[in-house]
Amino acid sequence: MNIKKLVLEPIISDNPIALQILGICSALAVTVQLKNVFVMCAAVTLVVAFANMGVSLIRNHVPSSIRIIVQMTIIASLVIVAEQFLKAYLYDQWKTMAVYVGLIITNCIVMGRTEAFGMKNGPIESFFDGIGNGLGYSFILIIVGFFRELFGSGKLMGHTIFELTKDGGWYQPNGLMLLPPSAFFLIGIVIWLIRTKDPSQVEG
Amino acid sequence: MSKKNETLKTVMVAGLLCFVCSIIVSVIVVTLRPQQAINADLDMKKNILMSAGLLNAGDDVNTVFNTLETVIFDIETGSVVSDIDAKAYDQIAAVKSSDYVVAIPADKDIAALGLRSKYAKAFVKKDEAGAYETVILSHWGKGLWSTMYGFIALGPDFNTIKGFGYYSQGETPGLGGEVDSPNWKAQWVGKKLFDAEGNIAFKVAKGVAKGESQVDGLSGATITANGVTSSIKYWFGEHGYAKLIQNLKMGAN
Repeated sequence: MNIKKLVLEPIISDNPIALQILGICSALAVTVQLKNVFVMCAAVTLVVAFANMGVSLIRNHVPSSIRIIVQMTIIASLVIVAEQFLKAYLYDQWKTMAVYVGLIITNCIVMGRTEAFGMKNGPIESFFDGIGNGLGYSFILIIVGFFRELFGSGKLMGHTIFELTKDGGWYQPNGLMLLPPSAFFLIGIVIWLIRTKDPSQVEG
Repeated sequence: MSKKNETLKTVMVAGLLCFVCSIIVSVIVVTLRPQQAINADLDMKKNILMSAGLLNAGDDVNTVFNTLETVIFDIETGSVVSDIDAKAYDQIAAVKSSDYVVAIPADKDIAALGLRSKYAKAFVKKDEAGAYETVILSHWGKGLWSTMYGFIALGPDFNTIKGFGYYSQGETPGLGGEVDSPNWKAQWVGKKLFDAEGNIAFKVAKGVAKGESQVDGLSGATITANGVTSSIKYWFGEHGYAKLIQNLKMGAN
């Protein structure tokens, strides 16, 4: 299978969040600040890629009765490894999002890909399918994080863009953007835009 | 026969997978642990210094931290305890250790903590003559969602606040989470904890602060603000650091 297609397709035309509606939970939780978004995206992308590859490597030896738990074990190990690395090298980010890093285990994208792709394809394709889906997830999260941080706290990556009224500036932040449900609205808008552009994604 | 083989294979695959995964995870955890311990230690030092306003941009955390002395006080008597390792003592973990825990009587438990540590770990900065310049103490209490842990720094009169801050809290970002806002924390500086009679007077006001013992309320975060008030009231009240403060004052005069 074509690697370029595997990596690029999940970004717009087969996006895990926008089309498959997977992994919404963490898209709500970690998108208040763009900095956390990048850390989360990197962690998820690497976990999906390696989990997919790991599952693919042993797919012919896994009895189908225990395949889900085998996938979970691989995913859980990788998530622990990712969290340990964050704790060692990006301590401040780890502190603000520790719980959510652990919750990558339950991110539907990871399990969805290992079950739907890793179990059926070779390790190299699986790795790139993981990267592609991770990037698709990142694409949506970065958009959501960008708008939430900009309109919720007037900042981007922690740098002030709009001077807030409480600091003597002009911008009154939108409190809704700081709360998780605002991500629903933003993801909704992104899905609407993608499906307007590509009507074949519309269901029913 | 084939059924038996299948079961055997399932068990073997499961066992082997768990073995390999656990080896990988253990190796990573053990190799990264020293680095993580350095981070956690540095982070705590940074929080202590920042809450006292002692850390300027570009300062090396360890260098500044080494100008502080760590002193253990018995909270009940307010006297210095010298027979335990001050560096290793952890005031928050102490609550979980039967040697160092004290139950708070219900009528005195303003902040609904239930338990507190027997000893306080204070970070003290002295001037060249040996007089107190800053005393940094721990405090914690419940907000709306979380227990908020922080430090408060007092000046040489043991009444004027030199700095305040939480290092761990899980309040609503933008509402209760504003306890971390630099502007709000800046208001604490110069405020008095006690009134003229020596009673704890400090509170987070509802709305705009009046007088020298109040800071502005946090809009949309009444419960968090009340939690802050009651935790300060408890920790500097008679069951908290009152004796310790009294002793420090007597020593200072």
